[in-house]
Amino acid sequence: MMLSCKEASRLVSEGLDRRLPLGRRVALRVHLAICDGCTNFKKQMDFLRRAVRQLGSKAS
Amino acid sequence: MDDFRSRIQRERSYLLRYASLQLRDAHAAEDAVQETLVAALAGEASFQGRANLRTWLTAILKHKIIDSIRRQSRDALPAGADADELDALFAADGHWVDPPGAWSDPDASLEQKRFFAALEACLERLPQKTAQAFLMREHLGLETGEICKELAVTPTHCWVLLYRARMALRECLEKEWFGKR
Repeated sequence: MMLSCKEASRLVSEGLDRRLPLGRRVALRVHLAICDGCTNFKKQMDFLRRAVRQLGSKAS
Repeated sequence: MDDFRSRIQRERSYLLRYASLQLRDAHAAEDAVQETLVAALAGEASFQGRANLRTWLTAILKHKIIDSIRRQSRDALPAGADADELDALFAADGHWVDPPGAWSDPDASLEQKRFFAALEACLERLPQKTAQAFLMREHLGLETGEICKELAVTPTHCWVLLYRARMALRECLEKEWFGKR
């Protein structure tokens, strides 16, 4: 099963909220291995999580 | 005692801004901060010896915010369908119209106050329920199950809200921050 970028981006997000079923996890990994756009997207989502955790702690 | 009271009062405007960002309702934010200050005064003894007053107050405020969202969502309307916005990001075949490029050294941004101001401005642009779901998940650290329950939505709707929030924030940060550096 080949994922589109639209599906892959949704799974990247959902993967931050729950453990994806095995089939989805494998399909996403295959997609990320060949897709730079979605790989950048995933890195940005991980960054967004780190940033929002710190929200407020650096405000003046 | 008076000294503790005035130290707490000095944090009031910070707390109000923090609560407003998450509650989107001036009255609810004011109430949550007021409840926090009252609880803090009553709990002065449990503060003794802790290093940071603001951190301690913020921890109390987080609980008050969750209580407030609980009350709000009892009578809140379901989130509107803003799926069109998402569709515009992808072509008919599901490919990115404009594939995300790498952000240069994003972690350096975490050292900058201006970055957090941009992030807050982006959060303020999200629809209320989307923003609340996102902040409950990523800032307050609740599990999706709890968020669905508090916002009275199905798990699937909850994942969609979180996905929309992340997509919109990515777009916004790209435009307002990473694209400008």
